[in-house]
Amino acid sequence: MAIPFEFGYEKPATIADALHLLDKWGRNARILAGGTDLANELKQGFRVPELLVDIKGLDALEKIKVLDDALHIGALVTFDMVRNSQLVRDHAYILYEAAGLVASSGVRNRATVVGNICSAVACMDSAAPLLVHDAVVHTASLEGEREVPVQDWFVDNRKTLVGEKEMVSHVSIPLPKIKHAGAYQKMMRYTGEDLAAANVGVLLMEDGACRVAFGSVGPIPRRSPEIELFFEKNGVNARHIDQAKDMIGGIISPITDVRATKEYRMHMTKVMFVRAMHAAVERLKKQKI
Amino acid sequence: MKKISFTLNGELRQVDVAPNEILLEVLRYKIGVKSPKCGCDTGDCGACTVILNGKAVRSCLIFAIEINGQEIVTLEGLSKDGLTPLQKALLDRNAFQCGYCAPGMILSATCLMSGNPHPSEEEIKESIAGNLCRCTGYQPVIDAISEVTKKH
Ligand SMILES: Cc1cc2nc3c(=O)[nH]c(=O)nc-3n(C[C@@H](O)[C@@H](O)[C@H](O)COP(=O)(O)OP(=O)(O)OC[C@H]3O[C@@H](n4cnc5c(N)ncnc54)[C@H](O)[C@@H]3O)c2cc1C
Ligand code: FES
Ligand code: FES
Repeated sequence: MAIPFEFGYEKPATIADALHLLDKWGRNARILAGGTDLANELKQGFRVPELLVDIKGLDALEKIKVLDDALHIGALVTFDMVRNSQLVRDHAYILYEAAGLVASSGVRNRATVVGNICSAVACMDSAAPLLVHDAVVHTASLEGEREVPVQDWFVDNRKTLVGEKEMVSHVSIPLPKIKHAGAYQKMMRYTGEDLAAANVGVLLMEDGACRVAFGSVGPIPRRSPEIELFFEKNGVNARHIDQAKDMIGGIISPITDVRATKEYRMHMTKVMFVRAMHAAVERLKKQKI
Repeated sequence: MKKISFTLNGELRQVDVAPNEILLEVLRYKIGVKSPKCGCDTGDCGACTVILNGKAVRSCLIFAIEINGQEIVTLEGLSKDGLTPLQKALLDRNAFQCGYCAPGMILSATCLMSGNPHPSEEEIKESIAGNLCRCTGYQPVIDAISEVTKKH
């Protein structure tokens, strides 16, 4: 299907050039990363930009690196690069695990993690891993740089705190200082293509702290302070995991759509939560560092 | 319109494109390379798969203008010097029926094999998980890939 309207295209060679374009064009410009969401949105007329700013010439944004006790994921890092990164496996295993469940290899080769959280479709796979890792979103504009905790980043389905003249340069994941283990669970109709009908991410720390995030079961993915507090008070064991499971009904608010009914989503979120918790407990036992 | 140059199946090509033109359509209708197919136009089916700088991607989700200076391989380029061993194995088994999914399947599997010459069955399945086929049930395709990648 042809795209029924015209727009311009620029591929800046430096971040400064990109920021100037965004400054000039504001809401009429749209950043193009892997295009896996944007191409569809333009075909459907969901967005009608006047200019695409292709950031794929900005090599500096293509890196995964450890800097200042944090793992940095640049705006051009694809899910495929995450799957092939030992750094991500070592420091944010659950992001690696989730990346393997995104779409198919043909999409993962283009789709970026940052594009995923900029599109902010409720079912995105990178949100729960970033949430439980207390990740920070780094933005840049001519006015300067901002750091936004990923917990505050999502405002509504497809809506984030990104400013009109801003771009995201990278996300950073603080390296946990103690032994930890996470697990990610995604419910889908079939592997290879499907968006999550619901997803759960958990991160367990050696000192007993536990972080839990739910995706696709409300307009925005969210952490659950209720369950985290429950584990903090009572500790993590099989009985408490079961009790925490029963709290989920009061925490998430799934809807019915083409992928699943709200009852099924609710049921499966509980099942996946229990699976993820047990997997994380087992993984923590095996962790060396 | 902007003139872009890129390598298509080993040959340098130049073509005028507008920013709103999609790579799949430019390949099929402006250049006449017909192996990439439009099955869904939304990234779901894999029929439009091409190899971009060594990676299998969906040409229905790429703006033609993005490939300025890049390298594209389609099925036509793969079999320039005759069928590849994978294509022969598929042919021997009659692995496809209507064949609509075949170019995408073959390119996805070829990409897998170039980075991973002896993939496990799981890896084979994963590599073509995004290539939907309405006819074969996948098994003959998986068998053919297994056959040409097993260790001797
Ligand atoms: C067939 C198919 C299956 C999919 N399956 C899954 C799945 O299983 N799980 C999942 O989570 N997702 C899935 N997706 C969606 C996923 O591919 C996208 O969300 C992707 O991660 C977006 O990244 P991109 O680089 O392609 O972004 P683009 O499409 O280039 O951009 C997406 C949006 O973010 C903006 N943007 C991009 N980068 C920046 C930046 N640096 N700063 C500011 N704004 C920016 C763009 O302007 C645009 O609005 C699927 C998509 C398809 C087509
Ligand atoms: S036509 Fe591109 S994935 Fe279906
Ligand atoms: S052989 Fe017909 S779609 Fe695969």
